[in-house]
Amino acid sequence: MAFNDLKQIEAEPRKGNALKFIIGGVVIVAAIIYLMVSSLQANVQYFLTVDEVLDKQNAGELTGRNIRLSGAVLGDSIQYDMDTLELTFTIIHVPADIKLVEEEGGLAAALHNAVMDPTRSHLQVVYYGAKPDLLQNEAQAILTGKLVGDGVFEADELLLKCPTKYEGSVPDQIES
Amino acid sequence: MVAEIGFGSLFISLIISVYGVIAAIYGTGNHQKKWILSAQQATRLVFPLLTISVGSLIYLLINNNFEVVYVSQVSSLSMPLYLKITALWGGQSGSLLFWSWLLAGFTSAVVLKKWDRDQDFLPWVIVVSLGTLVFFILLNTFFENPFVRYWQVNQDIVQSFSQPLGGFIVGPRDGGGLNPLLRHPGMVIHPPMQYLGFVAFIIPYAYAMASLITGRSDDRWIQLSRRWTLWAWLFLSLGLILGARWAYDVLGWGGYWGWDPVEISALMPWLSGTAFLHAVLIQEKRGMFKQWPIVLIILTYNLVIFGTFLTRSGLLSSVHSFARSTIGPIFLVFIALTFIASFWLLSSRWDKFKSRQVLTSFFSKEALILISIVLLLGMLATTFWGVIFPTISELVTGAKVTVGPPFYERVAAPIFGGMLSIMVICPLAVWSYVSFKHLGKLLWKPFAVSLIGIVLPIIGGLTKVPALIAFWLVAFVLAVNGFEFIRRTRLRRKTESETLPETVTRVFQRNKRSYAAMIIHVGIVFMALGIIGIEFFQTETQGTLAEGQELQLAPYTMEYEKLEIFDTPDARNVARAVVLVKKDGEVLDEIYPRRDFYYDSGQPVTIPGVRSTLLDDFYVILVDWKAVTSEGATFKVYHNPLVKWLWIGAWVIIVGVVVATWPEKKSKMAGRNNVRPK
Repeated sequence: MAFNDLKQIEAEPRKGNALKFIIGGVVIVAAIIYLMVSSLQANVQYFLTVDEVLDKQNAGELTGRNIRLSGAVLGDSIQYDMDTLELTFTIIHVPADIKLVEEEGGLAAALHNAVMDPTRSHLQVVYYGAKPDLLQNEAQAILTGKLVGDGVFEADELLLKCPTKYEGSVPDQIES
Repeated sequence: MVAEIGFGSLFISLIISVYGVIAAIYGTGNHQKKWILSAQQATRLVFPLLTISVGSLIYLLINNNFEVVYVSQVSSLSMPLYLKITALWGGQSGSLLFWSWLLAGFTSAVVLKKWDRDQDFLPWVIVVSLGTLVFFILLNTFFENPFVRYWQVNQDIVQSFSQPLGGFIVGPRDGGGLNPLLRHPGMVIHPPMQYLGFVAFIIPYAYAMASLITGRSDDRWIQLSRRWTLWAWLFLSLGLILGARWAYDVLGWGGYWGWDPVEISALMPWLSGTAFLHAVLIQEKRGMFKQWPIVLIILTYNLVIFGTFLTRSGLLSSVHSFARSTIGPIFLVFIALTFIASFWLLSSRWDKFKSRQVLTSFFSKEALILISIVLLLGMLATTFWGVIFPTISELVTGAKVTVGPPFYERVAAPIFGGMLSIMVICPLAVWSYVSFKHLGKLLWKPFAVSLIGIVLPIIGGLTKVPALIAFWLVAFVLAVNGFEFIRRTRLRRKTESETLPETVTRVFQRNKRSYAAMIIHVGIVFMALGIIGIEFFQTETQGTLAEGQELQLAPYTMEYEKLEIFDTPDARNVARAVVLVKKDGEVLDEIYPRRDFYYDSGQPVTIPGVRSTLLDDFYVILVDWKAVTSEGATFKVYHNPLVKWLWIGAWVIIVGVVVATWPEKKSKMAGRNNVRPK
């Protein structure tokens, strides 16, 4: 086999060859870019705070849209129905701007302030599934899902962070 | 006292590293060997110094010295010894120190070897790897000092390393403890693996830079760094797989990969590193595309630093970003500087690294490998875009947006499909030229066999087209590799009179590297099988059962037998369900889904009960139970077909890398030439 192929290839002009590969390369790269752009358009989600969700909801911008939303979990509101796996809780507005969070003394403090402040806006969350281990008072919840009714958010994904459990806080029982 | 020793040796190691970098530059600039020798000695010193530093921190952790802020954050009295030690990488400053320590170890190992004819590389390898180390020790010394302590000054508690005026050391009685979710064997070894992979990639980068600076455009830098690259790649792969395993075992959502930004930041250097491995191969075999490996290793290096930065900056919303920190901007400056400097160097040497060879056929091995590199880079671009798009969008339009898993999945599926297709042809393709006709001749038999991959699932009642394609590709890759091995064995059998096992070993030895590659790719395909299984065929159900009641999820039935609640010596309250797994009325196994409540942190951890076989996993989560009567309990149940192959694939890959890096016997037919015998 090899001998014939070899002759054939050597007979071919090199420039034509280069063009062939450039076209091949461009086609592959174009396909990947198309894939990226089309997937991106189909899957972009707004990342909002509770305030923004309520604003936009009033403006009617959010109906049926998949959004991502973050806020502080209010511990007393957590209710779980074992039979239906229906988990409900309330999240409180926390500013998304890092500077504002820093001004409040870090994420843990911002979450604490949010939960303690009855004047802040809040949103009811419904989720069907297992109750996450990190779901507790003053945890930061990052939710993906849709607004289903007036002030009710149905999440299909829950991500929780408890900043106090990790770093950055002075432990409360100090002894000398 | 120990904290002082730890910080002291950290600080001395900083000074010595800075000195080493300067001495190496000065020595090579003035052609003075003694300065280079001195830089070499400096490098040798850094590792023991950092070992003292790491040792001190471990000592503080083991002895519950909670007056040290870091210790009080990641450790607690009730934690077992092994967790206290591994708490070294349980938080930010400790893991940065651990990072520096690993890099110092690798740098010493490189610098200590015999340099003989590569003397000209030595100073630059020192400059690059030690320079990187300086950056990390700087972070540890001035921004993320793990030896900072609590001091009481008047009525305030302040955090400081040195004694404030009128302050005295205070400490809490007990520490906060490592997050319970992280107390898992997988989590104990996952970060070091990840870090080993990250850090080991710095060595090939140092060689690449040395090669650029000295203008030596031969393959030497690649030969010298080949083992580093392979081990780096293996560790990074294992880091990713262990992370997936931890998610599967502990996070309790029946998944293994969530396209979390921090997962992605570990995946990105893996993608560019894999592309680098393959580009290196083309250069070694064909002397082509010599700029590609350099571009790719520069990318890998910067992505390694970027990955560490993403994990550590708290910039992203992720299950991983445990800390918010001020070191973000410093990281970005460092990345920008090294990135610009590397590419400036490359552009100034661009012509030197040009090669005369050109591509001749789409089906030649180099062309196929090139396509797979482009696919890997496409995946890299996608993930990178996904991670930075929210930031860019906010800058441009002011709207905060994110992209979730569906985005990545939609792009990844066709790209991974493309890569599997290339894996079908690649073992049969030869270097430099091959015609489609020739390929067709070799392909039809494995193709016929691979149809099993379609026929069997269809008989089994499968109708999903993407899944059928995926199964078929998997069968095809396996068939091609199997046939290729048999064919080579047969060829040798015709000419040599040996026993069959002899022939098999010989064939293997003669072309060790290409078989190692085959093994690794078979491992990848096994992993693909596991991913296909869980992505396409996962089913789930849930239910609340009284004792003795059953819940069905085809093909299994689970019976809830009882619930046991007890305390453990390490301060956990365990609720453990006993569940029987049955099939056709016959009891196959007993599994124990449970929930551990950690008293010290007040946090529960859900651990599933899993019955795992080659065919499928039956995965049961204990969701909740009626506290007083323990009569009823709620379970969530998953059926995950084939997922075990994901972990088996990882073992196969380890074997492949060990084979590839096994020290070679010097023989006259050293497996350099990979051209197929006719």
